[in-house]
Amino acid sequence: MKAVRDTLQLFLRELRISIRMPIWIIISIIQPLIWLLLFSQLFRVVGSLGAFKGGSYLQFLAPGLAIMSSLFSSAYGGMGLLRDIERGFVDRLLATPASRGALIGARVLHAAVTVMFQAVVILLMSFLLGVRPEHWIVGPLLVLASAGLLGGAFGAASNGLALLAGRYEILMALMNFTILPLTFLSTMIMARPLMPTWMQAITRFNPVDWAVTAARDSFQGGPAGEVGLDFLLLAAFTAVCWSLAARAFGRYRARS
Amino acid sequence: MNAIEVEDLGKTYRNGVEALRGISFNVEEGEIFGLLGPNGAGKSTAVRILATLSAPTSGRAWVAGVDVVADPEAVRRRIGYVAQASSVDIQATGRENLLLQGHLQDLSGPELHRRVDELLERFDLADAAGRMVEGYSGGMRRRLDVAMGLVHRPRLLFLDEPTTGLDPESRAVMWREVEELADEGGVSVLLTTHYLEEADRLSRRLAIVDHGLIVARGSPDELKSALRGDRVTVELAEEADLERAREVLAARSAGGDVLAEGSTLHVQVSSGARAVPGIVAALEEAGIGIAQIAFNRPSLDDVYLHATGHSFEAADAEGALAAATAGGGSGSGMSQEAGR
Repeated sequence: MKAVRDTLQLFLRELRISIRMPIWIIISIIQPLIWLLLFSQLFRVVGSLGAFKGGSYLQFLAPGLAIMSSLFSSAYGGMGLLRDIERGFVDRLLATPASRGALIGARVLHAAVTVMFQAVVILLMSFLLGVRPEHWIVGPLLVLASAGLLGGAFGAASNGLALLAGRYEILMALMNFTILPLTFLSTMIMARPLMPTWMQAITRFNPVDWAVTAARDSFQGGPAGEVGLDFLLLAAFTAVCWSLAARAFGRYRARS
Repeated sequence: MNAIEVEDLGKTYRNGVEALRGISFNVEEGEIFGLLGPNGAGKSTAVRILATLSAPTSGRAWVAGVDVVADPEAVRRRIGYVAQASSVDIQATGRENLLLQGHLQDLSGPELHRRVDELLERFDLADAAGRMVEGYSGGMRRRLDVAMGLVHRPRLLFLDEPTTGLDPESRAVMWREVEELADEGGVSVLLTTHYLEEADRLSRRLAIVDHGLIVARGSPDELKSALRGDRVTVELAEEADLERAREVLAARSAGGDVLAEGSTLHVQVSSGARAVPGIVAALEEAGIGIAQIAFNRPSLDDVYLHATGHSFEAADAEGALAAATAGGGSGSGMSQEAGR
């Protein structure tokens, strides 16, 4: 109970910090929109190859972009934790009876909520551009769930790596190193049949692709069994990232 | 029951730095106890262990009768911790800082809001309560730090270098606050400082820490009167004469205390007024030039000098240098300097 209360209080703190940066909010909204325009224009011709579910490339792209924005927003979440360590906030918290898990928990929750908000923006914008889900309620909701899970996972991983690396530079380099390959080794912007065979094989082991296919199949009405499996894998990945973050935090505390 | 009991506490960091080499002391209910020492002496390490932020490698410690290693959770409910560097959230208002701290200490509702108002008033932050801490002055941030440490009415407060970096006026305000806490609130305070003046003014008893060991302890008056007589300070014209001058004065004072450092000699005498002419004559006779000579009643500085064999200023500078070197000039990253 205390863990939940503490997580909520610290989550509200994160939320206040975000809300007080209007520029951050504006960019968070505009960025996915720009992606939507850029990618749909850049790959317009590709769409005519016909391998894209739902007919138009935009229809294919929209759920994938929701996941892309989730990945890019959450991957740098550990920076805030390093800032809090530097400013003594973490030590102050650790000298109170506050739940030890609440610190990371609140940050991950914040990452998940942020990316779901961005996913809503993307889905609304693509709706205006003519994109339609197969199932009106369940489809968009599952896209949000998938984005939230992946955001939570990468948020946790980022916090964990931040604690292990201890430096902004290393965290930045690690994330820059991982994010783009994970993006291109998934079906986020490219249909599976159009990828080289070896890449198609790799996508099966890519958590980002699990999130993308979970979101897209939910949105376009794919087979329920596959959607279920993707969500299961994604949930397992999230759990692994959480435990990584928890261990890293334990190690950080033991080291001081 | 003592507010704090520390028994042979030792701490060696993973990089091999021995921050504490077995210190013991106790803090009585309602007293201000000072840990005085230069940068890097191990004061903050001791406080971090007592505040359950760091685990000791040897020895034991109890806070309000609770073992800090066995039951850290219970310790955290009983203490207020004000770290060396201000740790207020600058991206929140003063009131929000206090409210969050209160929530984490399990306060809520009208009770918490009343307490927060009371603290804002008391620390002269009521007018700034709704403003972002980012715009606060150093003194205001520090007062907010202390207020946050007090939100749950702890009986024991850790103040790690509460006035470092403050201007003289803010420092005086902070001193009054701390005195009031102990006098009226009955709060026990463990204060660390590298300002001799601060330790002298605030603490009822103190321990001088040097290189991870306690080298002297007692009330400021006890410590000062243990050094009877006056202290004569001779600054030589030529540093090269130091060793010879030391011999001349040591022969004269017949076993009295002569400490040499740089181009300065410190001589312990029973009466400064009577000793100075003789010292001047003896040095002149030996052909050693004097740049300056003075004598005064012993200060805590002299106590420190006497206990450690080096002056406080020199040790402080050395400690700061060591800390800077240990940090490796890292621009960013975690501030976990092992030397603390």
